[in-house]
Amino acid sequence: MNYQASPWAIALFVIFVISVLGISYYFARRTKSAKGFFAAGGNIHWSVNGIAFAGDYLSAASFLGICGMISIAGFDGFLYSIGYLAGWIVALFVVAEPMKRLGKYTFADALDSKFNSKGIQIAAAISTLMVSIFYLIPQMVGAGSLVTPLLGLPHEIGVILVGVIVIIIVATAGMASTTYVQFIKGTMLIVFSLTLVFLVFSRGISTKPDQGGDVPFRGFKTIPVTVSTDKSVALADNSYAVKKMLTFGEGEKQLLFVLLVKDSQETIWKYNTKTNLLEETLYTAKLPNNTTLYNGAPKEQAQFYQVGHMSMIDGKSDAKTGTLDFFSFIEKIKNGVVVRWNKTLLADEGIKYTIYHQNPTLGSEILKPGLKFKVDSAKGASLMDKIDFISLMLALFFGTAALPHILIRYYTVRSPACARKSTIVAIAAIGLFYILTLYMGLGAMVNGVIDLTNDNMSAPLLARSFGIAIFAVISALAFATVLGTVSGLIVAASGAVAHDIMDRFMEKNMNDHDKVKAGKIASVAVGAIAIILGIIFKGMNVSYLVGWAFAIAASANLPAIMMILFWKKTTSRGVFASIVVGLVSALGLILLSQETYTNVYHIINVKALVPINNPAIISVPLSFLTLVVVSLLTQPKEAR
Amino acid sequence: MLHTSTDWKKDGASSLKELLGKWLCLLYALVYAGFIFINVASPQFMGIDVGSLNVAIVYGFGLILFAMVLAFIYNQVSTHAEELLNQPEDREEKTA
Repeated sequence: MNYQASPWAIALFVIFVISVLGISYYFARRTKSAKGFFAAGGNIHWSVNGIAFAGDYLSAASFLGICGMISIAGFDGFLYSIGYLAGWIVALFVVAEPMKRLGKYTFADALDSKFNSKGIQIAAAISTLMVSIFYLIPQMVGAGSLVTPLLGLPHEIGVILVGVIVIIIVATAGMASTTYVQFIKGTMLIVFSLTLVFLVFSRGISTKPDQGGDVPFRGFKTIPVTVSTDKSVALADNSYAVKKMLTFGEGEKQLLFVLLVKDSQETIWKYNTKTNLLEETLYTAKLPNNTTLYNGAPKEQAQFYQVGHMSMIDGKSDAKTGTLDFFSFIEKIKNGVVVRWNKTLLADEGIKYTIYHQNPTLGSEILKPGLKFKVDSAKGASLMDKIDFISLMLALFFGTAALPHILIRYYTVRSPACARKSTIVAIAAIGLFYILTLYMGLGAMVNGVIDLTNDNMSAPLLARSFGIAIFAVISALAFATVLGTVSGLIVAASGAVAHDIMDRFMEKNMNDHDKVKAGKIASVAVGAIAIILGIIFKGMNVSYLVGWAFAIAASANLPAIMMILFWKKTTSRGVFASIVVGLVSALGLILLSQETYTNVYHIINVKALVPINNPAIISVPLSFLTLVVVSLLTQPKEAR
Repeated sequence: MLHTSTDWKKDGASSLKELLGKWLCLLYALVYAGFIFINVASPQFMGIDVGSLNVAIVYGFGLILFAMVLAFIYNQVSTHAEELLNQPEDREEKTA
C-alpha cells in the first residue's frame, strides 16, 4: 500500500531523538571510567533497570513482528509472546543473582570467573558477537522498512539515520545513556499499547469496519461464472473481459485464478469451485523490468487497500458490537468468522504474481494453534513438523537468559538483590505487554487495517485508524524500539571486543581511560558494520534471524552458564568445548535447514539436508553433553 | 576468583535462594512443557471453550500470569531470607 509521511510522526521522532541525544550528552560528562561506560557505574536503580530490561527485550520483533503475525495467523503468533516471556523465568530463578555475583562487565567475566581461561574468554566473546550481529541485522532492516512509510525516506537513509544516532548514544555515554533510552522507550511502549487496546475495545467490532468513519469499508465483489471442462470462462457480468487464466498446483488442490480487465485496469479473481463465483483478490505483479504494480496500478494510485474484517458476528453477516472488554472481545471473535487472506505466488509470462485471496476462517480456529505452525496431525502435520515446533519453543525458553545484551544489564545495578528485583519488574512489564500483543494483533485482524504486503505494519496501522496523534506516537515508538535495542546490542558487542578480547584475552593491560576509549572505538566499528548489514539485507525476510539469535544463545551460552553454577565438576575445557560445539552445531543446522535454503539461498525444489528449521532441540542437548563429557575427561588429577 | 565484585557483603541466604530458584524454575518448566505437549498432541483440546475464552488462551495467559506470581513469591521469600539470615552489619545494602 501507499503511505504518506505524517508531519506529526516526523515532529515526534525529532523530539525523541533530541531528548535521547540530550540524555547522552548529560551522561557523557559523568562517564569517565570503564565501569561507567560498560555498566553505567553499577548504580542504576533496580526499578529503572527493570523497565530498561523491558525496553531492551521488547524489540521490533516483539512490537511489530508478533502483532503482525497475530493479525495474520491468530493464536500461533501469540505462541511467540508466551515463549519469549517464559524465558525470563530461567533468567530470574537461575541466572540473575549468580551472574551479578560472578561478573563485572560482560557475561564472559562470569563464565571465566573460576578459571581465567583464554579459551573461555575468546569463545564467549565470539559467541557474544555472533548473537549480537544476528540480533542486529533484523533491527537495522526493520529501521529501514519503517522509515519509508513513516518518514517518507528511502531504506538506506533510515538505516544510516538509526545507525548514526545509536553510535552517538553509545559512544558518548555507553550503558548509562543506553539504560535511560531503554527506560523511556519501555515505559512509553507499555503505556501506549495499553491505550491502543482500550481504544480497540471502545470501538467494538463490525462486519464493515470503516476505521472509525475515516475509510469507508470496501466490500469484496463476486461475479457468477461458468467454467467449462476446457477451462473456458463465461462471466455473468459483461463489463469485464477475460484476459487470461492463472493456475497454481495440481489435481484437487489446484487453484484457478482469472485475470479480468475493466476500464483498462487488470484485476485478478479466484474461482470458487463450490459456489461457482469469482472472488475478488488483491495482488502485486513484478514485471520483467522490475517495476511492481499493486492491483494493476502503480503504488501511488492506492488501488491496493487495507483488509481485515469479520464476515459473521454472533451468526449475523451485518452486525456491530458495542464497547467490548478483555473477555467479550475474544468471545465475539471466537463465535464469529474472520476473513483471513492466503498468499499464493506464481509466475506467468515473466511476471511474478503474489495473489492474496480470501479465506473465511472460523474464529474458534483462529484462537487455537495450527494456522502458522503445523501441529495438527489431522491437518497433515508430520512428526518432524511437531519436533520443529517443540524446538522453537525450547529455544525461546532457554535463549532469553543467554542473550548477551540482556545479561550485561545485570551489571548496571548495585547488588545481586537488585538484579533479582529488576528482573521481577521486567517480568511484570514484559508479561503485561505480551498479553496486550494478543489484543493489538486481533484488533488489527478485524479492523480493516492490515497491509498484506507488510504485516509488520499491523500495529502502527491499527493506531492510525484511531487518528494521526496516536499513530505519530506509535510510529515514533517503533523507531525508539529499534534505537533502544540496537544501542543495547552495540554496548554488548563493544564490551566483548574491548573488555573480553582486547583487555583480557590479548592481555593489553589497558588502564581505565584506555578501556573506555577502546569501548567507544569498538562501538563505532560495530555500529558501522550494523549499518552496512542493514543495507545489504534490505528486502530480505529477516524476522527469523531473531530466532537464530535465540537458538545460538541457547545452544552456545546457556549450557555453560547453568553448568558453571550447578555442577562442581565443570572444567574450563568443558566450558570452552560446550560453547564451541553449541555455536557451531546451532549455526550449522540453521545453514542447512529448509528455511535457509528457500529464503536465503533461494534454492527452490531442493530438499535441505536438515529436516527441521529450529536447531535447539539438537544443539542444546549436544552442548550440555559436550560439557559433561569433556569436563569428566579433563578433571584435575587430585579429583580423579 | 578473578572478577569478584566487592560492592556487597557475603550473602548468607544465597544457598536457600538457589534451592528455591531451582525448584520454582523446574515447576514452571513442567507447566510450560505441558502447554507445548498439548499443542502438538491435541490442538483440538486447545480449542475447547472455557467461559468466553478457550483452553489455548486461558493456558497462554495463565503461563504469563503464573510467571509473574512465581516471581513475586520468589522475591518475597528471598527478601525475608536475606533479612533473617544476614547479620545486620553483613546485610546487603537495601535499595528497595
